Amino acid sequence: MKIKEIYDTMAYGPAPESAAPAIEFLEAHKRTFKLFINGKWKAPTSKKYFDTINPATKEKLGVLAEANEKDVNAAVAAANKALPKWIEIGAHQRARYMYALARQIQKHSRLFAVLESIDNGKPIRETRDIDIPLVARHFYHHAGWAQLRDTDLKEYKEVGVVGQIIPWNFPLLMLSWKIAPALAMGNTLVLKPAEYTSLTALLFAEICEQIGLPDGVVNIITGDGKTGALLVNHPDVQKIAFTGSTGVGKIIQRAIAGTGKKVSLELGGKSPFIVFEDADLDSVVEGVVNAIWFNQGQVCCAGSRLLVQESVAEKLYKKIRARMEKLRIGDSLDKCIDMGAIVDKSQLKVITDLVQQGVDEGSKMWQPSWACPKEGYFYPPTLFTNVSPSATVAQEEIFGPVLVAMTFRSHKEAVKLANNTRYGLASSLWTENINLALDIAPQIKAGTVWINCTNVFDAASGFGGYRESGFGREGGIEGLHEYMKPRIESEFSDKPFTKKVSDKPQAKKNGTNGQVGIDRTVKMYYGGKQARPDGGYSTKIYNPFGECIGEVSKGNRKDLRNAVEAAHKNGSWGGKTGHSRAQVLYYLAENLMIRREEFADRLVQMTNQTKADAYQEVDLSIERIYTYAAQADKYDGLVHHTTHRNVTLAMPESIGVMAIICPDEFPLLGFISTVIPAITMGNNVIVIPSEKHPFSATDFYQVLETSDVPAGTVNIITGSKEELTEVLAKHDDVDGIWYFGTKEGSKNVELLSADNMKRNWVNYGKHRNWLNTAHGEGKTFLRHASQIKNIWIPYGA
Amino acid sequence: MAKTKKRPARPTQKPTPASHLQRNDGIPFDANLFKGIHVNRSAVERRGATLGKRRSVKKQWQAAWLLKAIGFIDLTTLAGDDTPGNVHRLCAKALSPVRQDLLDALGMGKEKITTGAVCVYHNMIKDAVKGLQGGKMPIAAVSTGFPAGQIPLKEKLQQIELSVAAGATEIDIVVSRKLVLQSDWKGLYKEVAACRKACGDAHMKTILATGEIPTYTKVAKASWVCMMAGSDFIKTSTGKESVNATIPVSLVMIRAIREYHQLTGYKVGFKPAGGIRTAKQSLNWLFLIKEELGDEWLNPELFRFGASSLLGDIERQLEHFITGRYSASYRHPMA
Repeated sequence: MKIKEIYDTMAYGPAPESAAPAIEFLEAHKRTFKLFINGKWKAPTSKKYFDTINPATKEKLGVLAEANEKDVNAAVAAANKALPKWIEIGAHQRARYMYALARQIQKHSRLFAVLESIDNGKPIRETRDIDIPLVARHFYHHAGWAQLRDTDLKEYKEVGVVGQIIPWNFPLLMLSWKIAPALAMGNTLVLKPAEYTSLTALLFAEICEQIGLPDGVVNIITGDGKTGALLVNHPDVQKIAFTGSTGVGKIIQRAIAGTGKKVSLELGGKSPFIVFEDADLDSVVEGVVNAIWFNQGQVCCAGSRLLVQESVAEKLYKKIRARMEKLRIGDSLDKCIDMGAIVDKSQLKVITDLVQQGVDEGSKMWQPSWACPKEGYFYPPTLFTNVSPSATVAQEEIFGPVLVAMTFRSHKEAVKLANNTRYGLASSLWTENINLALDIAPQIKAGTVWINCTNVFDAASGFGGYRESGFGREGGIEGLHEYMKPRIESEFSDKPFTKKVSDKPQAKKNGTNGQVGIDRTVKMYYGGKQARPDGGYSTKIYNPFGECIGEVSKGNRKDLRNAVEAAHKNGSWGGKTGHSRAQVLYYLAENLMIRREEFADRLVQMTNQTKADAYQEVDLSIERIYTYAAQADKYDGLVHHTTHRNVTLAMPESIGVMAIICPDEFPLLGFISTVIPAITMGNNVIVIPSEKHPFSATDFYQVLETSDVPAGTVNIITGSKEELTEVLAKHDDVDGIWYFGTKEGSKNVELLSADNMKRNWVNYGKHRNWLNTAHGEGKTFLRHASQIKNIWIPYGA
Repeated sequence: MAKTKKRPARPTQKPTPASHLQRNDGIPFDANLFKGIHVNRSAVERRGATLGKRRSVKKQWQAAWLLKAIGFIDLTTLAGDDTPGNVHRLCAKALSPVRQDLLDALGMGKEKITTGAVCVYHNMIKDAVKGLQGGKMPIAAVSTGFPAGQIPLKEKLQQIELSVAAGATEIDIVVSRKLVLQSDWKGLYKEVAACRKACGDAHMKTILATGEIPTYTKVAKASWVCMMAGSDFIKTSTGKESVNATIPVSLVMIRAIREYHQLTGYKVGFKPAGGIRTAKQSLNWLFLIKEELGDEWLNPELFRFGASSLLGDIERQLEHFITGRYSASYRHPMA
C-alpha cells in the first residue's frame, strides 16, 4: 500500500511481531520435543509423536512426544526420588530456586510470549502484556511463600508428589498456577500440559535445567487425555491438580475416590456479567470486550452471560454492536488485533455448532459486518439477544467468543438469573453504587466477583469455583492449602480412639417407684420440629451388654429430602453476624451445662464408660462449643496485596446446606465437634449422628430448641449411617458433605459427590482422637466449612 | 446518561463558509442530559492503558499516520518571551513542516502538508498574520484570561472580539474553574455561550483545564455543558496545569462528544494539549480517535493537538523510516 493511500484512508496495516526467536527455539530441538523426566530429555517409550500446529496459520510447528505408562511411571518415580532431598534443602533454598525461575521467565519474557502466541493462536498483546507478566509474578509471589513455609505455615507439611494437568487456553499461566505453589510448599511434581499447547511448558523445562533445579523436582510429560489418566491413577501421586472441563473434572474426582489423594479442580463456567442501570456504560462495553473477547472467549471465567437491567439494555446492546464492528481479528503475532485464532479445528466446530443451535432455538444472533481471515481457525465475535435462560447457548459453556444477553427487572431478579446455573466460577457486576455492589457480591454463587472490572488476576488472590466449577483455590494463602497438609494428620489412627469401657455395668438402673414408666418416642428433628419418620419404622439401640436401651426412628430418603428442604428454607442463620452466631453458640453451651448430669448419664448408659469419663466428654463438648463461639467473629477474611489499584477481599462464605456424618465413637463429643464448626460458619446442616449411640444427639433436640437456634439450622436424622450417607451424597441440593467413618464409606462419598461437585471432606477411615484438642477442633474444620470468595473492588474518584 | 431525545431545534445561523462541516450551534441548556453521568475512573484508565497496546502501525502505515498527525498540530508558542521573530519562524515552520526531500522520498512531495494551525497569544496575532504572508493557515489565539481565566466575563468577551478583529480565526478560551468546581452548570453554560457569540465566525475551542477538575465524572459533565453552549472543540488543558492531556481524560471527553453527536447530530472537535511530545504518543491519540469516534474525526476540523515540540520528533521518525538511520533534530529546520 502506498503512503498516499494510507494517508487518505487512515487504514491499519500489518504490524507483525517477529517469530524468529521462537522458530530458533523450535529448530534447536529439531522441532521434535521429548519428555522432560528427571532433569533429562527422554524419548518416549512409545516412540510415538504427535503434531502441534499454529492455529492461526495451520502451519505445523513440530512434534511432541506421547508419554505412555512407562514414561508416566518414570516421571512419577523421578519426582518421588527427588522429594526427600527437595524437602531437606529447606525453605530458603527452595525460595532461591523459585526466585531464579521468576527471574528467568522475566528475562525471556518475549520468547515465551511469542512462542505461546504461535502455539495457541492468542494475540501477542495478551501473552506479552497479560499472560507472561502474570506468570513471572506468580513465581515471585510464591518464592516468598517458599521462604515463609517453615515459619508462617509450620503446622503444615508438603503433600508429596503432585500430578498436574493443565488446559490449552492459558498454557504457561496455568503451569505457573500449578507449579509455583506446589514447589513453594515443598512438593515435587509431574505436569502434563495440554496436547495442543505444550511448547511453553517445554521451554519452561529448559529454564528449570538452566537454573539447576534439582533433577526430578519438575517433570514435564506431553500427551493427550490417556497420559493424563495414567497420571491421575498412579498410586504414588498424592495429589491431583486439574484445570479443564467439568466433564473431565468429574471423571478425575471419581477416579481418585477413596485413594486419599488430595484434589483441586478448576473447571468450567458460564459466568454472569451483570449490568445495573447506573453503570458507566461505555466502560461496561470495554468490560464486555475483556470478558468474552479476551482469548477468543476461551476462558473458563469468561463473562459469557450478559445480564442487563431492562432500562439500559437496548442502549447497551447498541454500544456493544458498535464496538464489535471495531474489533480486529487476525494472525496472533499481529500487534494490531484484538482477537486471534481458535485453538483447534475441533473447538471451532464446537463453537460453530452451538451458535447454530442458538439460532435454531430462536435466539437472535448478531455478528459484525467484517469477515474473518480464511487461512486459520477463526471465529467472529458473536452476540445473542432474545435469549431465554432455557436456551442451550445460555446454559452450556461455549468456550468461544459468544456472548448471550438477557435482561432483568430488579436486583433480586439479577441475582436469581446470575445463580441460575450449575457453574459458579466467576462473576462481574457493574454499578457506580457501592451499596448495591456490596449487597449483590455476597449473593452471587461464584468464587470470584469482579466489581466494575473483569478477568483481573493476581498471584496474591485466590481463584476457584463454587458448585460444578470445581473446588480448591489457586493463588493467595487460600491456594497454598491445596499443596500442604496439617502435620497432625500423621497421628490419625486406623482404629477409633475410644475410652476404656468397663466390663461392669456403670449405669444405675432407674427406679420407677412402682409406677409404669412413660414410653419415650425419639423422633427426627428438622425444620425446628420433631417429626415422625416417613417410613414408620424404629430401630432398637443396645448397650455394650446387648441390652436394649431404647429406640430411635429409622430415617429414610424422604426424611432426608424434608430435612434438606427445611435447611434451605432457613435463610436467617447464614445472614447473622459472627457476633450473633456466637451468642447462640454460647447459649447452647450454657444449656448443655445445665443438663451436664443428664448427658453424662446418657453416655454411660450407651457406652458403659465410667461416669468420670462421661463428665469429661460433656465438659469437653462445652469447651469445644466455646472454641467455635469464640471463632465465630474471628475466623474472618483478608484483604490481599494484589498489583492493581483495588481492594481485593478474600471472604470466607458458608458452603450452604451441608451433610454432616458424625463419627460413631464419642456420641456427644463427635457430634459437637463436627456440627458446631459447620454451623459456626453459617451453614445449615443435616446431621446423621452416631448410628450405634444416637441418643446424645436426639437428647440435644431440646438443647437446640431452648437456645435460639433458628429452625432448619441443625436437622438431625437417625438411622442407617451408610444408607443415609448415600442419599445425602447423591442429593443435588446438598452443597457439602463431611463424612467420618470407614474407608469404604469415604470412597463412596467422594464418588457420589462428583455428580454435583459438592464440597466433600472424608476421613478415609482414619480416626481422630476427639478428646485431643489438636485433633478435634481448629481452623481446619472452619476452613472445610467455608469457601473463599474473592471480591475485587477497584477504586478511584 | 442522557435519554434519547429528538434533536433539539438549532438556532438559525449559516455554517461558516471556511468549513464543510456544520458547526455546533449548541442546544438549550438541559441538565437532564448529563446529570446521570457516572464515569468509572479505574475502568477508563484500564481502557486508556490498553488501547495503545491493542493497536500498532508500522512501516509505511506509521509514516502515513505521522504525516497525518502533522496536519492536526496547532503549532504553538505561548511564552512570555515570544517576539515577532520567533512567531515568524513558527509560521514558516507551520507552512512547511517537513523537509521537501523527505516528502518526496515518501511519495508525498505534491501533497500540501502543513500543520493544522498556529497558536499564539493575542499580542502576537498580528505577527502571525504577517508571518503567514497570506499562506492559508488558521490562526488560533488563546483568550479569556488564558491560562487561569481569572478576569471578569466582560473582559473575556472583549478579548475575544479584539483577537477576532486582529485576525484570529480560532479562539481557544478557558472556562472559569470556579463554575466547574461549584457545579454551577447553568453559569458555565451562559459564560461559554456568551464567548461563542463573541467569536462570531471564528471557531471556538473550549479549554476545560481537566488537570484542575477533581473527577472524571465532572470532566464529562463540563464537556457536555461546553458542547451545549456551542463549542466547536473541547480541549483538555492550557498546557500550564500540572497535569495536562492524558489518554484517560481524553477518553472521557471523546465519549461525551460521541454521545452529544448521537443526540444532536453535531460533530464537536477534540483537542488534547500539553505534554504531547513524541510521535509514539501522537499515534496513541490517533488510535483513540479512530477507535472511539471513527475515521470522520481524523480531520483537522475535528481533531487537533496542542503541541510545540511534537513536530520535531515526528520529523525525526519520518527520516528514520526513509533512511533506516536514527535522525538528529539539527537536521530539520527549526521553528
